[in-house]
Amino acid sequence: MTERQHPPPSGPASSLAVLALADARLPGGGHAHSGGLEEAVHRGTVTGPHELREFLRGRLHGAGRQAAVFAAAAAHAAARKAPRRCWSELDTEYDARVPSPAQRAASRSQGRGTARAGRTAWPSPALRELMSVTDSPHHPLVVGVLVGASSLAGPKDAAAVVAYLSLSGPASAAVRLLGLDPFAANAAVAAFEADTERLARAAARTAGLPAAELPSTGAPALDLLAQAHRKHHEEEVRLFAS
Amino acid sequence: MPAEHSHEHTAGAHRHPVDFDPTAAGPDPFSAERRADRPLRIGIGGPVGSGKTALTAALCRTLGAETELAVVTNDIYTTEDADFLRRAAVLDTSRIEAVQTGACPHTAIRDDITANLDAVERLQRAHPGLELVLVESGGDNLTAVFSRGLADAQIFVVDVAGGDKVPRKGGPGVTTADLLVINKVDLAERVGADMSVMCADAHRMRGDLPVITQSLTDDPSAGDTANWVRHRLAEWSRSDEPVV
Ligand SMILES: Nc1nc2c(ncn2[C@@H]2O[C@H](COP(=O)(O)OP(=O)(O)OP(=O)(O)O)[C@@H](O)[C@H]2O)c(=O)[nH]1
Ligand SMILES: [Mg+2]
Repeated sequence: MTERQHPPPSGPASSLAVLALADARLPGGGHAHSGGLEEAVHRGTVTGPHELREFLRGRLHGAGRQAAVFAAAAAHAAARKAPRRCWSELDTEYDARVPSPAQRAASRSQGRGTARAGRTAWPSPALRELMSVTDSPHHPLVVGVLVGASSLAGPKDAAAVVAYLSLSGPASAAVRLLGLDPFAANAAVAAFEADTERLARAAARTAGLPAAELPSTGAPALDLLAQAHRKHHEEEVRLFAS
Repeated sequence: MPAEHSHEHTAGAHRHPVDFDPTAAGPDPFSAERRADRPLRIGIGGPVGSGKTALTAALCRTLGAETELAVVTNDIYTTEDADFLRRAAVLDTSRIEAVQTGACPHTAIRDDITANLDAVERLQRAHPGLELVLVESGGDNLTAVFSRGLADAQIFVVDVAGGDKVPRKGGPGVTTADLLVINKVDLAERVGADMSVMCADAHRMRGDLPVITQSLTDDPSAGDTANWVRHRLAEWSRSDEPVV
């Protein structure tokens, strides 16, 4: 493979791979995850569109930003045919930034699912390299690799995809769990256009840093919700896997 | 007693190596994976309460001694089905996996089969000699069928108590499943369901595809359905031969 030219960071995300990876219909296992929303609903924290929007804000700037940083770094690494060591570093460093074992497990399970879909649709040497480190890599790394393999997309696109997914997953879970007006839920996601853009650009700016120096964005509340979700599932059943 | 017998000779026995029918959507003959490299996966679907778990338990009891098998359950709302199977002790606990479906049972068996494939792979890793995996879907509607990427063959279970109109209503479950099971025939009289109507409708909707009527109350071994599964298993192991 030849060294790729990335489009300017401000260019629109138009590659088909980018659109498909952000599509909720991608068969990558995402539909079974609520990103902490189910636990929040169970606690009565989210009951309507207003709280959903506040929840999404926290989600985007916590888990979404963290995922975006690593998706961008992975896309950067994929485009540069990074060695295996680089992939295991990214994987470890992501682990280190997500303290909740339940969140880490959810990320790896979605990563594994997305990689399964990716192996068939967008195979690449970088994906093989990542999968040789672990058969269940973190979700943002897989998205980064799949986006990075496209000559039409780059780190910022990868960041935007996972940032968007950090919103769309909980929003669709809210529709299913609360019977929320789907238009209101969709509008709650759409409200974060500018935030998502800023966050994706910032992630693209740090994409070339060594893995250990990538920014860390803690989201303690989401970590706690994820742990509580898992605990409650053992006691009384939850619909979503996270 | 079953009111009639299945047509064993239909399901794919006469498939030709090359099929020029542009609408044929059979398994990819050039797949790198040899079928016998992995266990046969049979999906068990159907509406809520039709007897999917009861059938799964019966198949485990009847086939468990002769076949290395495992079960994946897709409960909509609880781990009820997996718990039932564990309690019924029809299978070692390590051979039962429960999948969470995010409130969308048909998505998990059809549009995005990731969680189910993961569960199957976990079972395969834990039990290398596995020959058969039964995947029970969460109770759903008449349109819910298994993706061919998840199930090699599928059984659709409807029950008499839902009314004798069900087969007539059709839907991909009734019309395309490799086997249609009409369950709870012991209740036919009590709910005023006419078995001859149900069977005639089922055959009309399904053409040559087999239909089995059963009562798990009268035959807890699910003898006829178990036999159908035995035939699928035999076909599966024969298909180890190199593809022509
Ligand atoms: N009378 C009668 N009852 C049956 C028969 N088969 C199952 N049942 C009963 O029907 C009820 C539902 O059976 P299940 O096996 O749980 O049905 P299911 O399709 O797994 O239900 P869901 O998973 O909830 O969709 C249970 O109480 C069974 O004991 C049958 O042949 N005759
Ligand atoms: Mg059941």
